[in-house]
Amino acid sequence: MSTVPETLSYTEEHEWITEPADGVVTIGITGYAADALGDIVYVSLPQEGAAVEAGEPCGEAESTKSVSDIYAPVTGEVVAVNGSVEEDPGIVNADPYGEGWLFKIRTNGDSGDLLDAPAYSKLIEEA
Amino acid sequence: MSVPDTKKTPLHEVHDELGATVTEFAGYLMPLRYGSETAEHQAVRTSAGLFDLSHMGEIFLTGPQAGAALDHALIGHLSGLAVGRARYTMICNAAGGVLDDLIVYRLAAETYMVVANAANAATVRAQLIERASGFDNATVDDRSDSYALIAVQGPRAQGILEKLTDAPLADLKYYAILAAPVAGIDALVARTGYTGEDGFELFVSAGDAVRLWQAVTEAGGDDLRPAGLSARDTLRLEAGMPLYGNELTAETTPYDAGLGRTVKFDKAGDFVGRTALTALADTPPGRTLVGLVARGRRVPRHGYDIVTSDGTPCGIVTSGAPSPTLGKPIAMAYIDAGHADDTDLAVDIRGKHEPVDKVALPFYRRTP
Repeated sequence: MSTVPETLSYTEEHEWITEPADGVVTIGITGYAADALGDIVYVSLPQEGAAVEAGEPCGEAESTKSVSDIYAPVTGEVVAVNGSVEEDPGIVNADPYGEGWLFKIRTNGDSGDLLDAPAYSKLIEEA
Repeated sequence: MSVPDTKKTPLHEVHDELGATVTEFAGYLMPLRYGSETAEHQAVRTSAGLFDLSHMGEIFLTGPQAGAALDHALIGHLSGLAVGRARYTMICNAAGGVLDDLIVYRLAAETYMVVANAANAATVRAQLIERASGFDNATVDDRSDSYALIAVQGPRAQGILEKLTDAPLADLKYYAILAAPVAGIDALVARTGYTGEDGFELFVSAGDAVRLWQAVTEAGGDDLRPAGLSARDTLRLEAGMPLYGNELTAETTPYDAGLGRTVKFDKAGDFVGRTALTALADTPPGRTLVGLVARGRRVPRHGYDIVTSDGTPCGIVTSGAPSPTLGKPIAMAYIDAGHADDTDLAVDIRGKHEPVDKVALPFYRRTP
């Protein structure tokens, strides 16, 4: 079972999100999600500059067995995407909370329901 | 995870110890992957992989009329099969629809082993009992629960097994079988598989499965890694091999799937499906099974529509996956007659038409 970092927030769609730093949050998929998907072979991420809305799909992750939507956990503007994971999606499996981050959003403060680490841990234990 | 009525193979605890991700498949809890399924796939292509296939059905037909009964029950000519050899064949319904695809091994003059897909084993057993009932001297015996099936697949499979048996594996032909001790365990050793590589399938008593798995693991060392159903699926897809439930269904005929060569009319007596298949043999099929390679990186998957350049649906994807060997998404699909020669096909991937190129099957062929 993968560990759930204490300092992050989470969504029910198995994404993690950092606390805002100068209004910008970083987003990725959780270790649990990366394990469940298996080898990720392709990620499609939103364009830099794109406006995204909390709870709406803005990308997808393809693995051997399935394709999953990537959702925007907050509303705002995409200010950075991780080109390294587009080149080598295996980074998401290897380091989902670090080098495998997906994109950054300058948020207007609107977010969907976010879970703290204990609540997310409970969610995946019950899954 | 505990699912009621889900069967476990004799190797279930071994998979747990190996940290396998398990999945329910055809009523069995099976290993999907042990680590990276891509690494498992590559191990089979370049070295060797070890599979638990104990969910497969083993149904025996014995007696002086066993061959005649199989000739009647199946579309192949099994009474003509030499002892010690195997054949890929199918069991069809009266309309020519495929109820399962099978490998039949002739173990002795009056002993055949029919290996059925787990999901269809009960159907195959019931149909064989019914279809053999008109033969006085043919007995059907489902021994699926008594047998475990372990496959060792890949270019180093022979070398690994030679450490465990004195059987003349180098002389064992593709689609041949012999009985020999492997690691001191009585086994039926077949040179068959579902990966597109050289390899062996070992049928042993369920009670010997763990001991054999451990012996093969030890003999294989770093050259061998356990591989799950996920790798098995991408391996067979690259090899252009059909999967029942995807390329083959009761609504599919052998001709649709490009497997008309498995229908043998030149045998004595009637067989189930003969009338329908005779008519179908002379009719161009309404659809053709083709191979597709995606130009982009999004993956065509089971059930997605194939569309023409103007967006008209003209077929359906039966299997699709990212191909570890080609580094691109690949798929098998049925294309409606009339569009089989189209060169500008696309797959509707969640609303967007992604271009694909039609290629000859298989996607991958091993170098001898």
